[in-house]
Amino acid sequence: MSARFLPLLATCAIFVAAYALAWMQYPNILSTRVIGNLLTDNAYLGIAAVGMTIVILSGGIDLSIGSVIAFSGVFIAVMLRDTGLHPLAVFALLLVLTTAFGLCMGALIHALEMPAFIVTLAGMFMARGLAYVLSIDSVPIDHPFFDALSSSYYLLPGKGRFTLIAGVMLLVVLAGSLLIHRTPFGTRVLAIGGDARTAGLLGVPVGRTIVAVYGISGFCAGLAGIVFAIYTSAGYSLATVGTELDAIAAVVIGGTLLSGGSGTVPGTLVGVLIMGLIQTYIVFDGTLSSWWTRIVIGALLFAFIVLQKGLLRIAEGGARG
Amino acid sequence: MTRLIEARGLTKLFPGTRALDGVDFDLERGEVHALLGENGAGKSTLIKCLTGAYRRDGGTVALDGAAIDPRTTADAQRLGIGTVYQEVNLLPNLTVAENLMLGRQPVRGGMIRGRAQSRAARDVLSAYGLSIDVTRPLAAYSVAVQQIVAIARAVALSGKVLILDEPTASLDAREVAGLFRIIRDLKDRGLAVVFISHFLDQVYAIADRVTVLRNGRNAGGGRTADLDRLALVQMMLGHELHAVEGTRARPVAPDAPVAAAFNGFGKRGAVELFSLTVRRGEAVGLAGLLGSGRTETAETIFGITPHDSGTAQAAGRPASLRNPREAIRAGFGFCPEDRKTDGIVGELTVRENILLALQAGRGWSRPVARAEQGRIAADYIRRLDIRTPSAEKPVGQLSGGNQQKVILARWLLMNPDFLILDEPTRGIDVGAHAEIIRVIEELCAQGMSLLVISSELEELSTYAHRVIVLRDRAQVAELVGEDVAAERIVQAIAATPAPAPGHATAGAA
Ligand SMILES: Nc1ncnc2c1ncn2[C@@H]1O[C@H](COP(=O)(O)OP(=O)(O)OP(=O)(O)O)[C@@H](O)[C@H]1O
Ligand SMILES: [Mg+2]
Repeated sequence: MSARFLPLLATCAIFVAAYALAWMQYPNILSTRVIGNLLTDNAYLGIAAVGMTIVILSGGIDLSIGSVIAFSGVFIAVMLRDTGLHPLAVFALLLVLTTAFGLCMGALIHALEMPAFIVTLAGMFMARGLAYVLSIDSVPIDHPFFDALSSSYYLLPGKGRFTLIAGVMLLVVLAGSLLIHRTPFGTRVLAIGGDARTAGLLGVPVGRTIVAVYGISGFCAGLAGIVFAIYTSAGYSLATVGTELDAIAAVVIGGTLLSGGSGTVPGTLVGVLIMGLIQTYIVFDGTLSSWWTRIVIGALLFAFIVLQKGLLRIAEGGARG
Repeated sequence: MTRLIEARGLTKLFPGTRALDGVDFDLERGEVHALLGENGAGKSTLIKCLTGAYRRDGGTVALDGAAIDPRTTADAQRLGIGTVYQEVNLLPNLTVAENLMLGRQPVRGGMIRGRAQSRAARDVLSAYGLSIDVTRPLAAYSVAVQQIVAIARAVALSGKVLILDEPTASLDAREVAGLFRIIRDLKDRGLAVVFISHFLDQVYAIADRVTVLRNGRNAGGGRTADLDRLALVQMMLGHELHAVEGTRARPVAPDAPVAAAFNGFGKRGAVELFSLTVRRGEAVGLAGLLGSGRTETAETIFGITPHDSGTAQAAGRPASLRNPREAIRAGFGFCPEDRKTDGIVGELTVRENILLALQAGRGWSRPVARAEQGRIAADYIRRLDIRTPSAEKPVGQLSGGNQQKVILARWLLMNPDFLILDEPTRGIDVGAHAEIIRVIEELCAQGMSLLVISSELEELSTYAHRVIVLRDRAQVAELVGEDVAAERIVQAIAATPAPAPGHATAGAA
């Protein structure tokens, strides 16, 4: 187990070190207020990234999630505006839709033996297109139940707010962690990510598992869309462009191997938090342009890929011992 | 009582090949049944059809008298058929315990019970005398340990039938003995075992009956006790084996130019530093048990594990060997043992795979002419008897043994001054052994120097001028002249019983 969680430890160490550095400069950064915001602001990304982690662990990729999140926002806004459905009913409907969308992509990837990259790229265009069809303009959401959701939080000591959506995100991370690291399904996902052919010969139902993995990713993207809609109180078809890339970055920074088969779900949460921390630091600094976030994330990604190579080499060296 | 497995008229077609052509196969309860045949005869295909890894194109299979048609290997597992396939091991990214228990983890409330899983895995492995940390990734262990884990998994899954496709290729004598003990145990419990191997000694030691395939058809079979070796080999080849005579290579003149020399060479902590001089046209054998440091020695020489002490010379000039590129530049070549993972590019054709190293050596700006490529490929396909319908077939579709011949061809073709061969005949059928030995002798006669790692001591002693024996990562003996004989090598290997380090930690040799 220790070897598997080594990259997670590295990520945690970097997070703690980065936080300590920022704290020395801006002691305020360690307040519950900042921490609460960190979780709230990144809630949708965290949820989407959990789905992405599972897909990447299985050796695939899902480029559609940014578009699916945008579609979800527009779908919720339009449904609430044009129908009398209760938001909870709309949420349920949406989750069914996005999950089915993911399942279809998974089925195509498996049945046609097409690269996940291509299929989910097509899915990305389709979901974005559907969002445009629903509405090109930003649609504000105005519903008492919705307002209640976005303003429900638990007041932490020190005036920090632990919001509902932050809680949802943490729950999703927990559920994803249990699913991957504690259930037979999770072992199947890792097995397929290691080598799909061998996994098949060992009796793993490869097709079913792959389809389920993309279904889960679709579900997570839909849930992220709901959270994003609550966070912004609007649906906009041009929102969250490139979120899939942020999610991939968080997954890699979190210590998951982009080629699949190795990584952790909790690591992705830390990856998301590291990215959020950089953003927060830049806000605190005030003079740095937000492009610095991108540059630092780029450097971090690079560092992590190098680190992974190193670890892999050590592991391989051990194999010959 | 009906037979356990009764397969009739099994047929499997691949584009351009009839891999199985109406094969019959019977398996009785409580027998060990060896499946024999040349490389490409269809052995692996037959067991894949029986176990759902391939769908058969024709024929019937009955288990316990009831027709079966497993669509996936999971189906076959449910029917009580456990299999170790030839070309796949397990999943190196999962832990040992996960590999062993995949598909039958102990669960409570949907969650895997990690401790129970590790305990079960340890219990399974203890029957094989293997006490390793089952929570570490499988990749952390040597090929031999991985192979034992794969066998242990298949045994645990086999309620009725256990199928082993060349399971002993990377095991040493003690591990093979352990495996045979387990097979006999299963047999006593009424299980049937199908065993594929190119080692006839092992077949005679363990099998009750044999079935021989040739070119995808039944070529005979019977009780092992009623078949002598010659008859068996004749069934496999379809003709008599041209015996590998002891054409003991002529001694190399002591003043022949030095092809490669090493002085206090090595990497501290890997193998003991060694000194070695190989002359032009000389074949030096490297013998020893698995884990004795044979492969490590070769890998240090070739720069795969860079050395940190000593000096090396190639053709009389000092040579730098810090990585394989430098070693190739110095005129060295290395054909690795684990050809499953090192070097086969499954999607490329036979021709492209054979020419890969030659082309890489010339740089991509000076391509080998297409006609020339075809000629070279055809030449080696003929010389090594590579069974393929054409040079343009993807290598991944060749049988396991034929893939190994392709890699061998790649390095022979490079025509290096000094070539290291790690187990050149492993996984290759009896007929082709002779071809490969002939090629080795030819190369020496042409002036190439060879360092050959081999566990086939009889063979080694037919072509080696000198044999160096390794034990516990150190050179312990050097046999020359009359001493180059299988019995002498065995004596040298076993001279003082090695303090058993427990084969869990034994590295790949
Ligand atoms: N996936 C495939 N596609 C096309 N042809 C194949 C495929 N698998 C096997 N073959 C062909 O079927 C024939 C039988 O191969 P098989 O692997 O069964 O041989 P084998 O008896 O196991 O040989 P070896 O001793 O070398 O392992 C070979 O001619 C091989 O080229
Ligand atoms: Mg085979």
